[in-house]
Amino acid sequence: MTAAVFFGCTFIAFGPAIALFLFTIAREPLRVIFLIAGAFFWLVSLLLASLVWFISVQISNKDSASQQKGLLIFGVVLSVLLQETFRFAYYKLLKKANEGLLALSQEETMPISIRQLAYVSGLGFGFMSGAFSVVNILADSVGPGTVGIHGDSQHYFLSSAFMTMAIILLHMFWGVVFFDACEKQRWWAVAAVVVSHLLVSCLTFQNPEYVASLVPTYVVLFLMGVWAFYTAGGSLRNLKLCLTCKDKDFLLANHRPR
Amino acid sequence: MANSAEDVENNMDRQKSSPAPEPIQQQQESTGTRMRSRGGSGPGGGDGGGGGGGTGSSPEQNGQPPTPRPPLVLENEEDEDEEMTLKYGAKHVIMLFVPVTLCMVVVVATIKSVSFYTQKDGQRLIYTPFPEETDTVAQRAVNSILNATIMITVIIVMTLVLVLLYKYRCYKVIQGWLFLSSLLLLFFFSYIYLKEVFKTYNMAMDYFTLAVIIWNFGVVGMMCIHWKGPLRLQQAYLIMISALMALVFIKYLPEWTAWLILAVISVYDLLAVLCPKGPLRILVETAQERNEPIFPALIYSSTMVWLVNMADTDRPKSNSAEAGSAQPDSQEAAMASPEPSSPSQDNGGFSSSWVRQQQHQLGPLQSTEETRREVQQMPSARPPVEDDDEERGVKLGLGDFIFYSMLVGKASATVGGDWNTTLACFVAILIGLCLTLLLLAIFKKALPALPISIFFGLVFYFATGYLVRPFMDELALHQFYI
Repeated sequence: MTAAVFFGCTFIAFGPAIALFLFTIAREPLRVIFLIAGAFFWLVSLLLASLVWFISVQISNKDSASQQKGLLIFGVVLSVLLQETFRFAYYKLLKKANEGLLALSQEETMPISIRQLAYVSGLGFGFMSGAFSVVNILADSVGPGTVGIHGDSQHYFLSSAFMTMAIILLHMFWGVVFFDACEKQRWWAVAAVVVSHLLVSCLTFQNPEYVASLVPTYVVLFLMGVWAFYTAGGSLRNLKLCLTCKDKDFLLANHRPR
Repeated sequence: MANSAEDVENNMDRQKSSPAPEPIQQQQESTGTRMRSRGGSGPGGGDGGGGGGGTGSSPEQNGQPPTPRPPLVLENEEDEDEEMTLKYGAKHVIMLFVPVTLCMVVVVATIKSVSFYTQKDGQRLIYTPFPEETDTVAQRAVNSILNATIMITVIIVMTLVLVLLYKYRCYKVIQGWLFLSSLLLLFFFSYIYLKEVFKTYNMAMDYFTLAVIIWNFGVVGMMCIHWKGPLRLQQAYLIMISALMALVFIKYLPEWTAWLILAVISVYDLLAVLCPKGPLRILVETAQERNEPIFPALIYSSTMVWLVNMADTDRPKSNSAEAGSAQPDSQEAAMASPEPSSPSQDNGGFSSSWVRQQQHQLGPLQSTEETRREVQQMPSARPPVEDDDEERGVKLGLGDFIFYSMLVGKASATVGGDWNTTLACFVAILIGLCLTLLLLAIFKKALPALPISIFFGLVFYFATGYLVRPFMDELALHQFYI
């Protein structure tokens, strides 16, 4: 517990996301705004899901543990579906806003492309989702205590941190694939995103068997990452050029010598 | 893009000074909540921080007598209406996000670590005399409504007094009032804050060192806020005093009263700014008629404010240092200028070695009153600020900072320390601010900054606290992820 666990878990959970934010988003005001708006949309979806869950709990039998667990599972599924619905709603809003911005700014090109918006909004969803899942746990990890003293798993904090990192990155990949699928009207891809989100959430029902939940989650993360990479226009050739610092377009755009 | 429209900055701070002998009194600054858009210099151009002496200083006019600029404004507005361009871009939104976030971070960090601000000592402000520890819920509700009513009445009265003082040109009274209240904040409240921080971290400090620290902090603060200072330092001080004020409100306002006050003050802000007979709107219009800025000391500004006396022809030309001011470019220099120790040696910061070097490079230059006036009457080499996106800043009243931070601080002060509520309120307030700025960009006139943000903040506070929190707690218990 205490500081070591706190800092370790914080950096595991939020490290990649904060790095992405600092290097790609922090300098562009428009992207920051859309990131925060994405976080807001996720928050609203969570609010609605909690409302429904709360009402259902109030009218149910509070003593029956199995019923409560069933309601919780129902809440999780509903929340996932609502999140994806709000992702779609955000997509629609961004399309309209982009047209409006274009009309207002009198410029030829849009200030921000739909792909960038997909990335930024996915990351916004991810930040908020990760924060809500793990911040309270991190706050508790600062104080004294013994993890799992009553027979629960000792790896609670660590597994939470890894799961959160996976979820944040997954939200980003889902955002990219989802928006692209909506642009090209490929509804099977949209369905695939929803199904994979449900899959990841349902895998967590097996906690605390962390092997059964974390490993498949990371497999899904890797596959979604590859899919998003190809969707965003990446290819093996691009990757090679990027890694060997020979990508001329990128170098030109950033005014660096070859 | 964009442009013009000189909106005079008018952010107002309503002040209350409490009578001295009251034991619990706190001088409060309940603040105005208007956000003004600012087009750089121009009729609304202000002097840096209140400008010395309440002259209601004239804007930077290049040494010429101030001329009314409304015709130019109208033209630009007509052009703009046709083009429907946005006056502010994303950059200005971020310029406000950062200080608002910083203020909230300071307040939340203090609330979470220093327990003094969440302890209820039983002390109340004189403006909220009814206790909330009552036997029945109904009685508590009635008490809190009465408290909120008294507070709002005091605020309305103070606003009206301020508007009257302004209308009848009692600038000295207003200046003195603002001076006293910022004095109290910078010295007394920061002393209490420092004391509590030391107590929390168990640090020992003697009174002499403490006195020196507080003295320096306070004096530099007074200088930065009311006079001149580096922009970042001024912004930092404004953020600090907003945070201090928000902490005072969090500590001394009882629970239900605080929420009611937040709600009512948003409604009041909306009415006062938008209704034709609203006091704040009268203030704005009076200031616009007179072409004056109002109380620049109590507005957070994201860009530098042009100095009026950079091109002052009244300054005694005791030495050739004035040669520098003949060049229009020098008007863009930064606000800070080190003041010489005595007025008689005022060389404007140009030391004799600099002057010698200047004369060596340019030849002997001695400007006289006439030559300076001639140069200043020439069209300025500096591009007009209205066309330059980069130069335009945006302003937000300190009252908005205070109430935003108060909301987030109260969200983080909940028993059990739920971070989800704090985060939700934070995001809600930022989105509200974003929407308000969008409206400001579209409508180009004074808009209240409180209503949208506070509304979102309140909705998310109560919804997250009562609906989301149990759900997330259950999920965390079983380690389910959504």
